[in-house]
This record gives sequence, structure tokens and C-alpha cells, in this order.
Amino acid sequence: MEIIQKLFANELIVSILLSLLPLVFIIAYALVVLYTEMKVAAHIQDRVAYMRTGWHGLLQPIADMLKLLQKEDIIPDKADKLLFRLAPIIAFVGTYAAYAVLPFSSIYIGSNINLGAFFLVAVGSLVVVGILMAGWASNNKWSLFGGVRSAAQMISYEIPTAIAIIIVVMITGSLNLQDVTKFQDGGIGNWVVFGGPSPWLQKLMLMPFTIITFFILFVSSIAEVNRTPFDLPEAESELVQGFNTEYSGMRFAMFYLSEYANLFTVSAVGIALFLGGWSSPFGTFMSGPVWGIFWFVAKAYIFVLVQIWVRWTLPRLRVDQLMYVSWKVLTPWLFVCLLSVGLILVL
Amino acid sequence: MPAVGTYFYNIFHSLYTVIVGMKITIKHLFTHSATVQYPTVKMKIPERARNRLYVNIDDCIGCDQCSMACPVDCITIDTIKSTPDVDLGLTSKNTKKRLYVPRFDIDIAKCCYCGLCVWPCPTDCIVMTDVYEFSEFDRKKLIYSFSNMSTDEIAGAQERLKKYDEEQAAKKAAVKAAAPITPPSSKPESSAS
Ligand code: SF4
Ligand code: SF4
Repeated sequence: MEIIQKLFANELIVSILLSLLPLVFIIAYALVVLYTEMKVAAHIQDRVAYMRTGWHGLLQPIADMLKLLQKEDIIPDKADKLLFRLAPIIAFVGTYAAYAVLPFSSIYIGSNINLGAFFLVAVGSLVVVGILMAGWASNNKWSLFGGVRSAAQMISYEIPTAIAIIIVVMITGSLNLQDVTKFQDGGIGNWVVFGGPSPWLQKLMLMPFTIITFFILFVSSIAEVNRTPFDLPEAESELVQGFNTEYSGMRFAMFYLSEYANLFTVSAVGIALFLGGWSSPFGTFMSGPVWGIFWFVAKAYIFVLVQIWVRWTLPRLRVDQLMYVSWKVLTPWLFVCLLSVGLILVL
Repeated sequence: MPAVGTYFYNIFHSLYTVIVGMKITIKHLFTHSATVQYPTVKMKIPERARNRLYVNIDDCIGCDQCSMACPVDCITIDTIKSTPDVDLGLTSKNTKKRLYVPRFDIDIAKCCYCGLCVWPCPTDCIVMTDVYEFSEFDRKKLIYSFSNMSTDEIAGAQERLKKYDEEQAAKKAAVKAAAPITPPSSKPESSAS
């Protein structure tokens, strides 16, 4: 960060460059995840996926991207033109804004604000607006269903996410994600998922609750990014493609990119809160600002891999089951965790 | 089970089933995939697989049995009788060939690969091969002609047959003229008496 600041004296250029950095990262990362997802999906089903473009189809994501950019941008006649055009942008902006507070490394964080975790939750709901807008503006019943389902789902699952974040904030004592990560620095034992760096008795008492909280956060994060088993908003067999049925070309690509970017965001949040963020799992070994980026991206990638694995294992939930899971299972359990963690911390 | 029990049972049961499912998928993730890279790698086709037909026209005696067996009538055979002065040779099974086969067309686009034409052939000259890649952009190209006779040869054969027939007719007429009594007309009388 400082290096770039020294290179360009101008404040404006520095902030523009810094804010573009995550975009480059998102695109590169989306290509990698796209490839991984296809390959993992294929191998889980005993297939091989892309094999022709490049070695084992390595160039296929790039070809896909180029194809999407070239495609004609179709806007339905009876659609609400303005909202239709605006929706993908809002969805993407909502996702992209979250990158401002992700602590990629001990020296790189877009905006080191005190309300980092809170900001994440707040900005995350902007995506819902984009999706709902897309569903409504398309003037298509499938899209509308997809949008409404998506809104219902994301709003329900934001509650467990928020409570899980509160539990971590209670343990670490800060809403700033950079501080939360620093709190966990110093090896795998200090991670919040294992009770954080507290005296061992407290740690032992915290551990069951933090593990459950982490697990619940994982489940609700899958729901927040609309992936199987919670992919009701875009259930192909019921709703064609859900809220983005009518989208094509560049605008579709934007939804697509925002979905993958969101996937990384929820993973990054899970990691920053529970798995030590950029801190090395081996204490001081392999730690430092550059290793920090490596650990952060690697952990997020593993997180994403597990999400892909879950996606290709489980069937889709029914709408009522979806709500049941959120309101009757995740939320009460989290309240129990919240109370217990609070009690343990007071003791 | 009381309601509370069911609630906990459901949670743990669903967790357990998720783990079972994920164990299965991870196992498949690392097993060898079943895909064959088709155009470069081909699977071995079974020995008695039915694919494109081939007719060894040198062995065909023009008996039309394959065409009659075909359920979709996709084989069209024309024949011309040969005259006694030409020898069409023997088939590989040592049967004498008596017919020219100026046309032997199989419309492979209609063929359903049932193989019914293969069995009746007395000389085993219509057979299934292992070729299965023969798609075409023009449907007419899927009508395979197996006859090896040129138009001149066909015309010659027809000419000879015509001449031979005329000769035979002339001979018959000569015989008729020599023997005026016609046995067929006397037949009804003999049956009446
Ligand atoms: S395989 Fe069946 S359909 Fe095809 S030509 Fe022979 S008899 Fe006809
Ligand atoms: S059954 Fe055999 S010999 Fe007879 S016409 Fe067909 S191919 Fe020729």
C-alpha cells in the first residue's frame, strides 16, 4: 500500500489504483474458480470436463469469458428498461463494496474502518436489491419467482450470519476485520474456531460453541450466495435460470462475476472471522505480508472447494425446508451459542 | 418420539446423511473417470455390433432375398438375366451367378441396422462392418450404390438379353409352326371326358 502511495504522489490516482486491485483479483480468481468448479463437478460425476482447449482445457474459462463478452445484449421488449440495466450493476457493486473491508494481508486492506464486519453485512444486502430488481424488471414469471425467493432466502439467512459475526466480535472485541485477524495471529491454536488465544480452560469451554458457530456460518454463507443445496432462486428445473433468465451477454456476465465474487467474499469473511485470516497456521513460520496474501487466498480457495464439493453432493431444498433450516435450526442454535459464549466470557 | 426428540433426531440425521453423501462424492472425485476422449480414443465395439452395411458385389447373385427381408425397404435391387453364352463366374461358395446386378442401392439413412438382410443371403455377401462414422451433410449421399457395372455394361447386357430373347422367341415360333397341334387347347376336353 505504502509503495503505491510513494510511487504516485497523487491521492486520487492511489485510491483509484487501490480500488481497482480487487477487480483484477476478482476476474483472475473467477476464472480459476470457474475452472475448478467444472473440473470438480465433472470428476465427482466420473467425467473429465474440458479437455480440448489447452492442456486439460485450461484456456476454457478464458474462452467462456470472451464468448460472454461478445454475445448480443438482449433486453426484452416489455421489460422495465432502466431497472433491467441497473440491476446487474447494483448486484455487482454490492459484492464489490464488500472487498473494501477484506483484510487480504497485514498491510493491504481497502478501507481499515472500525465497523468492517458490520459494513459487510450491510453491503451484502445490496445484492438482494439487485437480484430483486432483476427479477422484477425482467417482466417474466420465472425471473420474478427467482427474485422473490432470493430475497426471502437472503434476508432469512442474513440473521444467522449476523449473529455468528456478533459471537466472533464478542470473543475478539472488535468489529474491525484487521483487528479480528491480528487477534488470531500466531498459529492454528489461536484461531477463533478453536476458542481463540484465551486461557486453556476458557478455550476448552468456548471450543464447542465456536465450532458450531463456524459451521452455521458456513451453512448460511452457502445460502447467501444462492448455491446448491440452497439454489432456489436459480433452480434450473423449476425456474429456468431464476432472476437472470432474461439476461444475456455482458449483463449476464456481470451477474455471473458477482456470484463468484460473492462466493469469495463469504469465504473470506468465514476465514477472517474464524480461521485466522491472513495469519499463518504455523505461528511465525511462513508469515509476513506477502505470505499473508498467500494464506488468505489459499484458505479462501479451500473454503470455496468445500462449497463446490457440497454443491455437487446435495440436492436442492424445498422452500419450506429452507425456511425451517434458517428459522428453526440455525437461529436458535446460534442464540444458544451466543448466550453460552457471553456467559463464558463473563466468567 | 416426542417432538423435541424428533427435532434433534432430524438435525443429527440430516447431518449424518450429508456426511454420507459427501463421502461418496469425494470417493468419486478421485476415482478414474469413465470418459473416453472419443474422436482420438475409441471404445472397442462389440464383436457382433451392427453398423454400416457392406455388400461384396462380386459374390452377389441378385437373388433379392435381402431386399425382401428388409423391414423398411431400403434395399433396391435391379437384375438382368445373363445369356448362356456369357459366364459370370462363380461366387466364393461355388454357386454359379446367373444374373447381372446393375443396381444395388442401400439407403443407409433409412436403415435401422436390424441386420435382417444379413441372414438370408445365400452367399454371405451382405455384411455388417464396424464403421459407424459416416454422417453426411447431404442426405442423398447416404444412398450407397454397390453395383460395379458401368452404364455401357448395363446397356450391353440389356442388348444381349433382348437379342437372346428375340432369338428364343423366333425359335419358339419356328417350333410352333412345325408342330401345329396345340396340346393346351385339347386339355379341357380330356378333362371333360
Ligand atoms: S439392416 Fe435391416 S433395415 Fe438395414 S438394410 Fe438390412 S434389413 Fe434393411
Ligand atoms: S441376399 Fe445376398 S446374394 Fe441375394 S441379392 Fe442380397 S446380397 Fe445379393
